Amino acid sequence: MGPLVVNEIISANTNLFLAFLIGIGFGFVLEASGFSSSRTLAGMFYGYDTTVLKVFFTGAIVAMLGLLFFSLFGWIDLDLVYINPTFLWSAIVGGAIMGLGFILGGFCPGTAFCAFSIGKLDALMFIGGLIIGIVIFTEGFPLWKDLFYAENMGTPTMGEFFGISRGVFALLLILAAFGMFWVGEWAEKKYPRDEY
Amino acid sequence: MGNNNSKKYLNPYLGGVLLGLVLLAAFYISGRGLGASGAVKSMVVTGIETIAPAHAEGTEYYQNYDKSHPGGPLHNWLVWEMLGVLVGGFISGAVSGRLKWKVEHSPKITSKTRLIFALIGGILFGFGSQMGRGCTSGSALSGMAVMSLGGFITMAFIFGTGFAFAYFARKLWI
Repeated sequence: MGPLVVNEIISANTNLFLAFLIGIGFGFVLEASGFSSSRTLAGMFYGYDTTVLKVFFTGAIVAMLGLLFFSLFGWIDLDLVYINPTFLWSAIVGGAIMGLGFILGGFCPGTAFCAFSIGKLDALMFIGGLIIGIVIFTEGFPLWKDLFYAENMGTPTMGEFFGISRGVFALLLILAAFGMFWVGEWAEKKYPRDEY
Repeated sequence: MGNNNSKKYLNPYLGGVLLGLVLLAAFYISGRGLGASGAVKSMVVTGIETIAPAHAEGTEYYQNYDKSHPGGPLHNWLVWEMLGVLVGGFISGAVSGRLKWKVEHSPKITSKTRLIFALIGGILFGFGSQMGRGCTSGSALSGMAVMSLGGFITMAFIFGTGFAFAYFARKLWI
């Protein structure tokens, strides 16, 4: 029963090797979907290319549903799966700063590595920026420590927070995603892409 | 020309399903989702400890990081995963004939402008990913898959802020 490494079915070193294989799959899918182009990524914010929206939300839904079914079949113990903790203010401030970085830089960290792997030099520059940004954070940590730890809400899931079951929330998210896909398809027709 | 290019890309919904299966594999095998910024952080912390060991030893942040991430980058799950991303991206680019040294930018701006904004964007994203406890992969995508409230909040603010500032950055892209 999964997760394999938490249940000590595979060793820590095997886990690292599998991380490498999973990374190959991750990088391949990102590149093959067009995430190696900042122009495609930024396109979502102007409607001329909503690939990001479609790939990102389809990916999240498939993994979410997969986890629910694996749990139902007894293949994975969801209590042992890492759930990102919620610190309200750092999630908001961090997300907003990342959003600004996204629209100016045209990449996020994973897609920058993906783009650099096929030779994009703007992606290399972005990665250089990531290093600087992380150093600023770690070196200046005492300055934003209070914000970083403020409003610790533990590890609530959306279902727990809104008082509905996992399955009902999953269904609502899927319906919302289908609505967004429809808007995305509409936007791509309305805002044609200038090729260059 | 552009159409030929985009046809070589996967159908986005198929790409999304494959991405979801890779993410599911990560959860099933390792009990955790995908990530990216954490790998850079692991390298950064080790870099600082190598360049300025005395400084790192006297800084609480690095000491705490070492306690929670023993073994350094070579024992870090995300570092191996990101090495895989470089290989996987390269394979896909090679198969589709997209390997090329290039600064991709709108014709309305110069390569230099593009590089400067890529650097600024990277700095902001690097800082924000630390504040938000993960980037688009680790916090938003993986967080959404486990239905984490924080993951959804971070996702909403990444994309929301992107849309909010899109008008001011339009010359960079359209």
